[in-house]
Amino acid sequence: MAALTPPATGAVPTAPGPKSVRRRARPRVWRGAVGLIAALYFLGPMVFSVIFTVKVPGEGFTLGSYTGILGADGFWDSLRLTLELAGATIALTLLLLVPAMIAVRLTAPRLRILLEVLCSLPLVVPAVALTAGIGSVLQWGPDDFANTPLFDTFNSIQNPDFPVVLLLAYVLMSLPLAYRTLDAGLRALDLATLVEAARNCGASWPRTVLRVVLPNLRAALLNTAFLTLALVLGEYTVASILGFQPFAVWIVSVGGSNAQLSVAVSVLSLVLTWVLLLLLAAAGRGRSHRSPRTSRGGAATAPVTVTVTVTVQENS
Amino acid sequence: MTTTTVSTAAAVRGAAGATVEFRGLHRRFGATVALDGLDLTAHPGELLALLGPSGCGKTTALRMLAGFEHPDAGDVLVDGEDITAVPAHRRGAGMVFQSYSLFPHLTAVENVAFGLRMRGRSKAARTGRAGELLDLVGLSALADRFPHQMSGGQQQRVALARALALEPRVLLLDEPLSALDAKVRLSLREEIRRLQQDLGITTLFVTHDQEEALSMADRVAVLRAGRLEQVAAPAELYARPATVFVAEFVGTTSRVPAVRAADGRVDVLGLRLPVEGELPADGELDALVRPEAVRVTADPKGPGIVVAASFLGAVTRITLRLADGTEVKADVPTEAAAGLPVGASAALTLPERPVLVDRRSSV
Repeated sequence: MAALTPPATGAVPTAPGPKSVRRRARPRVWRGAVGLIAALYFLGPMVFSVIFTVKVPGEGFTLGSYTGILGADGFWDSLRLTLELAGATIALTLLLLVPAMIAVRLTAPRLRILLEVLCSLPLVVPAVALTAGIGSVLQWGPDDFANTPLFDTFNSIQNPDFPVVLLLAYVLMSLPLAYRTLDAGLRALDLATLVEAARNCGASWPRTVLRVVLPNLRAALLNTAFLTLALVLGEYTVASILGFQPFAVWIVSVGGSNAQLSVAVSVLSLVLTWVLLLLLAAAGRGRSHRSPRTSRGGAATAPVTVTVTVTVQENS
Repeated sequence: MTTTTVSTAAAVRGAAGATVEFRGLHRRFGATVALDGLDLTAHPGELLALLGPSGCGKTTALRMLAGFEHPDAGDVLVDGEDITAVPAHRRGAGMVFQSYSLFPHLTAVENVAFGLRMRGRSKAARTGRAGELLDLVGLSALADRFPHQMSGGQQQRVALARALALEPRVLLLDEPLSALDAKVRLSLREEIRRLQQDLGITTLFVTHDQEEALSMADRVAVLRAGRLEQVAAPAELYARPATVFVAEFVGTTSRVPAVRAADGRVDVLGLRLPVEGELPADGELDALVRPEAVRVTADPKGPGIVVAASFLGAVTRITLRLADGTEVKADVPTEAAAGLPVGASAALTLPERPVLVDRRSSV
């Protein structure tokens, strides 16, 4: 028994000397400096953007730029189109990827690498190249299929009210982000055991996915939705080249005639993005605090914020 | 406590135990043969342990009964009904998995009630029954906890309650104790056995731990390379192993050189003993001897020298080396082991009972 008692001398932790205090203080200084630089880098442009929108030379402080947004020509149409495209892109991406990823994990794990490569391909195809390809197809398609039912299809997918071709392009572009996020969520689960346990409890395949798999992928699904939303909100190149006018294109177009309004819309879109992020994060937190697995997946939310902010800023 | 448990068990008791039959099951994974014509029957209400080394096909057989694997050939029958083609969610078999398989997003009571929800039972009915089952496994106080708020043992108890919720015809246990620490494993082992006996449910229990199988099961089926070696009650399996593999896999055995005698018996350690089973037609022979069968006495002129001793509590396991280098293990009462220190010479003898004999391996 006595042998288990820690020795009275030599084992008492000594108080940190001045040298160790100095050593500990140094990282704190560096942390502060890095934090300050990061804050300046991210907040600086935003602060100056806000100042630019509310301060008019000769008039002083005014909220005219912001009040003018709501009445600006094309604002509501472009915003509606963007949100519709975002919703449809999220739905289609998840509908394509979730069943495919679950099926591959459960029945053909060897195909995982193939699925990963396929989903990552859009990363190596620049948006301009993708758009050039789509543009070429849209150009020769109607000529080649003039006397076939596909002719109407080519026309309908370019309907400016809801351009399906843009939706398809966005789904392609969101695949790499969505794949990584969902893959991280699936990796955190013992999917095979959970599915077998659910099946053993009498759940059919659809109910197994709906009642067991999806609730445990909640954080990953929300993160995928958020990343896709951010991508669609900030995407400019494809929409602009194909001649459609979602929100990002409208911001740029309005910037030519009214710079203050354009920047005000950019600031507003950042706020909108943050609000949506907070809503999604709150929705995720509703259950994630109850389960460590889901909260593990949810940890991806924080870094996402920065990515979205930059994306929207760059594109607007 | 016992009274409460028994009355709760009576309340949750479902259908009587079913007969389970595996008929000529074959399954191959690529070049690996997992099951090679397995024929086995579990009687109503018994706990049948499937025991064998890794890759012997025990888990594959269990998963075939659960509906997670399909045989290349052969049938799975429950109460005479062929369920080979029945999908997993309609088999009516409750299963407890090796890894913690509770649904992380549901509380303990929601986990237990999950199967009832899938069956479309009302919320009141499923909450009531889930409560009864949690009471049965002694976890009613943790009903609102999530899996990550429970210990491994508690999670497996909830998994057991969940498996019992649908009044399964068969209970399947796929190494449910292997992830638990020794103390929890022991208590849960006893709890599973008690519940199984109270409920009278036919149970198939996969394990590679022979102690677990021998202490819990009514019968133990030993599998090797997808084939059944022997199925018998634990005591019979230990005392009268049908094959050399069973003898060596279940319990500890020593191989002692044996010499073929003219009368069909063998000479082992200076004794002429009858042979259990068949005597190999040719080749050099070894007798397979259990440590508790070997009697050791200190004898300066004895043929064995004590080379090691392991204290096991009431007995001490002594390893003796014979003149030809053969090592024989013997269990002696711990008090007597004091007279057999390492380096001491000793005499060995065996009881005059039939011994299992095998052809000596060249290694």
